[in-house]
Amino acid sequence: MSDLLLPPEHRYAEEIKKRQNEDGSELSILNLGPTHPATHGIFQNILLMDGERILDGEGTVGYIHRAFEKIAENRPFYQITPLTDRMNYCSAPINNMGWWMTLEKALNIEVPKRVQYLRVIIMELARIADHIICNSVLGVDTGALTGFLYVFQYREKIYEIYEEICGARLTTNMGRIGGFEREWSPAAFKKINDFLEEFPAIWTEFENLLSRNRIFMDRTIDVGPISAEKAISYGFTGPNLRAAGVDYDIRVMQPYSSYEDFEFDIPVGKSGDTYDRFCVRNAEVWESLSIIKQALAKMPEGPFHANVPDYYLPPKEDVYTNMEALIYHFKIVMGEVPVPVTEVYHPVEGGNGELGFYLITDGSRTPYRLHFRRPCFIYYQAFNDMVKGQMLSDAIATLSSLNVIAGELDA
Amino acid sequence: MDQAIIIEKSVIIISVFALTMLMAMYSTLAERKIAAWLQDRIGPNRAGKGGILQPLADGLKLFAKEEFTPNTQNKFLFVTGPAISMSMALMTSAVIPWGDKLHLFGRDIILQATDIDVAILYVFGVLSVGVYGIMIGGWASNNKFSLMSAMRAASQMISYEVAMGMSIIALVMMTQTLSLKEIAEQQSGMNWNVFYQPVGFLIFLVCSFAETNRTPFDLAECEAELIGGYHTEYSSMRMGFYLFAEYASMFISSTILAVLYFGAYNYPGMDWMEQNVGVNIANVIGMFALFAKLCFFIFFYMWVRWTIPRFRYDQLMRLGWKMLIPLSIANIIITAIVLLLHDKAI
Repeated sequence: MSDLLLPPEHRYAEEIKKRQNEDGSELSILNLGPTHPATHGIFQNILLMDGERILDGEGTVGYIHRAFEKIAENRPFYQITPLTDRMNYCSAPINNMGWWMTLEKALNIEVPKRVQYLRVIIMELARIADHIICNSVLGVDTGALTGFLYVFQYREKIYEIYEEICGARLTTNMGRIGGFEREWSPAAFKKINDFLEEFPAIWTEFENLLSRNRIFMDRTIDVGPISAEKAISYGFTGPNLRAAGVDYDIRVMQPYSSYEDFEFDIPVGKSGDTYDRFCVRNAEVWESLSIIKQALAKMPEGPFHANVPDYYLPPKEDVYTNMEALIYHFKIVMGEVPVPVTEVYHPVEGGNGELGFYLITDGSRTPYRLHFRRPCFIYYQAFNDMVKGQMLSDAIATLSSLNVIAGELDA
Repeated sequence: MDQAIIIEKSVIIISVFALTMLMAMYSTLAERKIAAWLQDRIGPNRAGKGGILQPLADGLKLFAKEEFTPNTQNKFLFVTGPAISMSMALMTSAVIPWGDKLHLFGRDIILQATDIDVAILYVFGVLSVGVYGIMIGGWASNNKFSLMSAMRAASQMISYEVAMGMSIIALVMMTQTLSLKEIAEQQSGMNWNVFYQPVGFLIFLVCSFAETNRTPFDLAECEAELIGGYHTEYSSMRMGFYLFAEYASMFISSTILAVLYFGAYNYPGMDWMEQNVGVNIANVIGMFALFAKLCFFIFFYMWVRWTIPRFRYDQLMRLGWKMLIPLSIANIIITAIVLLLHDKAI
């Protein structure tokens, strides 16, 4: 049997024996996970430790593998959205919108400008929610719980906005092919405006609490660094790549949903360590706020969905009174919509990196193959490389700042 | 020894014991309430009015839980760990002067369980035995996280005890005594030691945080890395003992801070009160003054805990050995020079 197929404990056993014979050092294996308070989900790290120092590590994935890609092959297109919710559940609307945009690309549907702007707003709100969680949990993992509770309240407000728009909070299942399920209510806009007004003060307070805190800086600077070259060769994207100093952002490189209409900066870091990742996320929250403001200011008038009766559910009154509407309704709900034979890849800038949907259709009611490019899966592979030679506490901070979310890691 | 002394001392011992337990219990509630206040929350408010019965409910719950013992090599040590922690935390309060004296039933009652002349050494000795509770418990748990935590606790305790002792040496040089009672008496009026030994006070304060395992030095039980640290494998009242011991030692170290540096039971105008209002009233106020001071320090512990992150293991060691110890040595030397010049002037 190949060495790689053995569980890491067996391979480390030899290493431990060798080191003991060489210089008498007593190495140990530490099982960090699958259920450990710092893993924020279920994944296992088997670490070879010399006291507090990590010599080698091996990550195990698959503890909550739910075979999303296989399930997707057996579901009509609109039923795949709930699967996307459950990947990066910290920023579910980005996943939803990414999936609808992928479908629209495959079906060649032009979406009204208003829908694009509304999508930008909801995606940026989701990005803020994601960064709130990632950065404040980094605080928790280094021992500062208070900042987490300050900003967590505002994630709650973002969830209230989701509720106003689609009725759900965490796993949103938001939108339809071609737009939203209903017009955004005035209450939703009011909540967004309130959020834009109140949140900057809290975020400033949070930044002040941690970003110049001596202990926090000591705990995060030069912890879990990754160079730009290495990050690119691993396939890093999103804030983690930008922290390493590469100004790569899908929103600018391949603009979707009218991102080209907005002015915003791409914050970049220098050394790609935990502190840079923290700062990049902090700065991105400010950019997201500015994008939302611009989108609200420039919001065009128009319908909240594209005029695509083949794919977009007709109004309920028409279904009860109108023959065509009833037929469309039936076909859409049963998933029998016309789909061309095609192959598309659509990336969006997810909460923690490039979230890509690679869709191959064969003209049937379900995808022939659907692959989710999940950024967490890529970050997690680099994790052991990044923490080698560092302390146990550094590993926790690094894992936290990479924003590895188990749901997205395993899909 | 006449009977009166025995009764008097028993009453004092029992009340000091009860006080320590009560303070430890209510520190848990205070911690949760203060944390809630600092974090814009409400905190526990279900048990009793404003959560006043919460500590009782917690204690009852811990007693009712299953006592789980992991499959370890030595079950005796597993039980000994929390016992040592608890008893050592409670033993320290014996030498603390809670007040000057009361005049009751025609006799002077000294408000102190025992006034031994090496009280400071006694406190240090007992406090450093306390870490054995954590070490033994962590080792006997047969769990790598617990063992790691025990190692951290031990090395932290050793490094910070040195700096703590050094900061006290400067104080002892100044006060010329090791008795807590005498140190308290010397600080009458506003002659508090903190004005003469500010650097020593700061070092002592930082080291107290380390000695009581509080944030930012709570490496032994940081939940993010080591799950529960040394008490990962403990359940029921055994874990309760560890938690309790932590709060009891926090109470004791706050008291010691108040006694050594903040004038113990002295308050401005105490002499005037004794002469004009009466010894008893003046000293009861003194007890409350000590109480107010130590409550402030308990609050300070909690305030710090909910404000700043925790250190990393190597940073903790660096702070202890490379900064606090040289600083405390410098403090000793400067104190010595000043004392020498002062003597010459006389």
